[in-house]
Amino acid sequence: MATKIVMEALSPTMEEGRLVEWKKKEGDAVAVGDVLAEVETDKAVMELVARAAGQLLKQVVAAGATVPVSSLVGWIGAAGEAVGDDGAAAAGQAAGRQGGKAAGETAAAPAAESAPAAEAPPAREAPAAADAATPAQSAKAQPGGGAGAIDGRIKASPLAKKIASDKGIDLAGVAGSGPEGRIIKRDLDKATPTPVPTTAPTPVAATGAAPRAPIRTSGAPFEDVPLTQIRKTIAKRLAQSIGPIPTFYLTAEIDMERAWDAREALKAQAGDAGKVSFNDIVVKAVAAALRQHRACNAWWQDDKIRYWNEVHVGMAVAVEDGLITPVIRNADQKSLREISAESKELAGRARERKLKPEEYTGATFSISNLGMFDIEHFTAVINPPESGILAIGRIAEVPTVVGGQIMPQRRMRVTMSCDHRVIDGATGAAFLRTVKMMLENPLALVW
Amino acid sequence: MSTFDVIILGGGPAGYVCAIRAAQLGLSTAVVEKDKLGGVCVNIGCIPTKALLQSASVANVIRHDAKALGIGVGAVTTDYGVAMKRSRQVSEQNSKGVEFLMKKNKVTVIKGAGTLLPGKKVKVGDETHTATKAVIIATGSRVKGIPQIGLEINKTTVISSDEALFLDKAPASLAIIGAGAVGTEFADIFNAFGTAVTLIEALPRILPIEDAESSEVIAKSFRKRGMTVLAGAKVLKATVGPASVTLEIETAGQKETITVDKVLMAAGRAVNTENMGFKEAGVELTDRGFVKVDLATLETTAKGVYCIGDVAGPPMLAHKGSREGTYVVELIAGHKPHRIMYDNVPSVTYCHPEVASIGLTEDQCKAQKLDFQVGRFPMSANGRARASMETEGFVKIIRDKKYGEILGAHIVASHASEMIHELVVGRENEYTVEEIDLAIHAHPTLSEAIAEACLDSMGRVIHT
Repeated sequence: MATKIVMEALSPTMEEGRLVEWKKKEGDAVAVGDVLAEVETDKAVMELVARAAGQLLKQVVAAGATVPVSSLVGWIGAAGEAVGDDGAAAAGQAAGRQGGKAAGETAAAPAAESAPAAEAPPAREAPAAADAATPAQSAKAQPGGGAGAIDGRIKASPLAKKIASDKGIDLAGVAGSGPEGRIIKRDLDKATPTPVPTTAPTPVAATGAAPRAPIRTSGAPFEDVPLTQIRKTIAKRLAQSIGPIPTFYLTAEIDMERAWDAREALKAQAGDAGKVSFNDIVVKAVAAALRQHRACNAWWQDDKIRYWNEVHVGMAVAVEDGLITPVIRNADQKSLREISAESKELAGRARERKLKPEEYTGATFSISNLGMFDIEHFTAVINPPESGILAIGRIAEVPTVVGGQIMPQRRMRVTMSCDHRVIDGATGAAFLRTVKMMLENPLALVW
Repeated sequence: MSTFDVIILGGGPAGYVCAIRAAQLGLSTAVVEKDKLGGVCVNIGCIPTKALLQSASVANVIRHDAKALGIGVGAVTTDYGVAMKRSRQVSEQNSKGVEFLMKKNKVTVIKGAGTLLPGKKVKVGDETHTATKAVIIATGSRVKGIPQIGLEINKTTVISSDEALFLDKAPASLAIIGAGAVGTEFADIFNAFGTAVTLIEALPRILPIEDAESSEVIAKSFRKRGMTVLAGAKVLKATVGPASVTLEIETAGQKETITVDKVLMAAGRAVNTENMGFKEAGVELTDRGFVKVDLATLETTAKGVYCIGDVAGPPMLAHKGSREGTYVVELIAGHKPHRIMYDNVPSVTYCHPEVASIGLTEDQCKAQKLDFQVGRFPMSANGRARASMETEGFVKIIRDKKYGEILGAHIVASHASEMIHELVVGRENEYTVEEIDLAIHAHPTLSEAIAEACLDSMGRVIHT
C-alpha cells in the first residue's frame, strides 16, 4: 500500500510550509531518509525526508505551493501502484488552509479573509500547467492569493477578466465556480468593485527572497514579490502587537550647515529663479536615497510586497480642513529646480482643492514637514499601502560638539515611521543614513 | 431477480452512454432495452438520415457541379431503395457497436420492456430487478401525428420518419409537415431522389428555432432546387385517401389545395412516459408531459429515480441526453461533475448547406434588450468554399458590445456541423470574440470565416 508524504512540522512554531523544490521526480526510487523536497518554514529552508521506501509515485503539491502542516504533499509506493484521489485531498487542504488563515491571521491579512474559503481550488500541478498555455492571458491577470489563484496566478475566463477589469473588481478576492476553481462570469455577479492598481502588474518573481538589489530605472514600474515564510511570520506577529500597521520609528539629527550655505549661495547668485525650499532639498534627497534603497520604496499588499522601480514622493500639505499628499512623480529623475517648481504648483492647487486624483495617489514614499511651525521633531502616520514616511522638524542652531569644541550648528531632526512588515530596523536605518549623508553633503545629490 | 447498483431504462444515446460511464465508475450496471441498442438515434434517427443525406449530397454534386469540376457523367439516376439499404447497414453497424461497448464495459443488457416499480425496482417480463443506488429513466421519445387535423400516422400515405427511412422508393410527391431539423433534412433527401417536395411550416419561417438569416438562406437554396417552401402556412384540412392525400393550406390569407402521394409528419415528438409504472412509482410529469426533474441533480420526484435525455425535457437532442447520462451517474457515484450548460448545447441541421448554431439568435438578443453587435462573413468570400463550389451560407457572430462575450453564433455552410464546435468550446470557456480571432486559423479553411465574422463584429474584417 502506498504511503502518504505529509508536510511535517519542521519547527515548533511552523503552521504551514512552502514546498520550495522537489528533490525527487515522480518515478524516482526513494529510500528511507532520502531528501524528497526542500521546505521553507517560518524560520528557514529545511529538508523533507522520506519515511518509507519505494518509488515517488506522485507529487500532489507543486513546487512553490504553500500547504498547512500535516497535509498531503505526495505518495510513495510500489511502481505502478494506484494512489488516492489527490484532487479531493488537495482541495480539502486548500480549504483547510483558508480556515487556518481565518483563525490566525485576522489582523495581518484582512483582504485575504474576504476570499470565500469553501471553493478554493486544489493546489496541484495540472491546472497551473493548463493556464500556462495561455501566457498572454495569464499575464493580464492580477496576481494575488485569492481563491482562483495558484502560485500567484489567477484562473479566470477571458470574459471574467474583461468584466472585472471594467468594473474594477479585484479577481484575487473572487471565488471561482468553474472547472478547477476557475473564475467565470457568474462568479462576478456578487463581487464588489475594489480599487485595483491602474498600472499593469508584472508577473511575480520566481524566488521567495526579498530582493535588496538597487532600483533600476528601466522595465516594469515595480516588482511583486510573494511573501516568504519569515516575512509572513514577522507580519503576523508584529501586527498582533501593534495595530494593523506595526510601526516603529527611527530618528536622526542632520547637520544642515552645508545645505543652508548651498541654498543661500544659489539664491544670491540666481536670484528668485534660484529660490528652493529646504523641503525641496529634502524631497530630492529622499528620492535619491530611495533609488538606492528599494526595500523602503515598497507597498504592503497583504499577500505580497510590491517593490517599486519608480520613485514617487508624496508630500503632505495642510489644507483648510485636513491634509492631502500631492505626489512628485519620478522625483529621483527630476532636478532640484523641477522639484521646486512642481512642488510649489501642486501645493498651491492642493490648497485650492484643484488636484486631480492621480495627482495625490500612487506615492511610493511620503514626507511630512512641520519645520515651518517650529516643531522640533514629531512622528508622522504612514499612508498605506506605502511603508514609510519621513517627518521633518525645524532647522535650529543648537550647541554641537565639533572636533572637541562646542559650537553653534544648524541641525534638523527627522523621524522615519516604518511599516515593520516591509521595512526592518536595519533596512530603515541604512536608508536614513543615506538621506543624512546626502543632506550633509549636498554634492551627493548630483553624485 | 438480480441486483445492480444502477438500472437504466432505455439504451439510446442517453442511456447507453450513461451505462458506460457508470461502469467506468465501478458501478454494476444494467440497461433495459426493448428494441435495438442505440435507440432512435442509431436506428431510426440521427445516423441513418446522415447516410441518406450523403446520397443526396453526392447526387446534387454530380447533377450540378460535376461538369464544372471536369467530370463527365451520363444521365444521373437515383435509387432510394439502394440508399436506404446502405443506411440500414450503417445503423446496423452502429447498433452492433453499442452492443460491443456494453460487453466491453461489462454492462448487463436486459432485453424487454421495463416497468418501474416503487423502491428502485424494475420489472422486465416476469423478472424484477433491484437497483441499490439508482434507477435512471432514459426512455426517449417517438414520432407523433396531428390527429386534430386528420393527419394521424397510418404508415402508408401519412408516414413519419420511422417509415420514410424504410421506403423502397422515393414517392413522386411528398408534403412534409414541420420544417424543423427532421422535416428539413427529409426535404433535402427526397428532393435529391426526384420527389416533388412541399415543405410546410406553421411558424413564420422554416427552421424556426434558428436565426432568421439561416432560415432565409435555406429557404432560398431549397426553392432554387425546385422545392415548394411554405412558411407561416396552416393546414386547414387533410383528406387522406388510399394512394394520396389532399391538403388544404392557408398561407398569408391565401388558400391552396395540393394533392400528394404521401405526407411526412415531422412536427414534434412525443415522449415515452406511458405504461411504464411512472405514476405508481411516484414519478411526476410536467404540464408539457416531460418527466419532472431537478435540473441540478436530474432526480425525479421519486427518490433514487433519475431521468435523462428527451424524456427529461428539451432540447430533445442526442448529445444533450448523452451529457446528462454521464453527469447524472457521476453525481450518483459521489463525484462533483461540472454542471451542464443548457444554454450551450449546439443545434445542427444536416441539410445542404448545413445549419449549425449555438447560443442566442439575433431576435432573441433583441427581445432580451441586450446591447449587442453582429459580425458576418459570407462563405462566398471564403477561398476554401469557392474552391469546393460550396459558397452558399455565412457565419454570423453576435457579441456583447461591451465585453465581446459570444452571445450567439450561426453558421450556414457545407460543413457547418463540424465548424460550430470552435464556438461551443469558446463559449464553454467564456472566450470572447478576441480570443477566437487570436487563435490562428489554418488557411484555407471554412473555419477562417468564423475568425473573420468575429473580426467583423469588431469592425476589423479582413477579406470583405
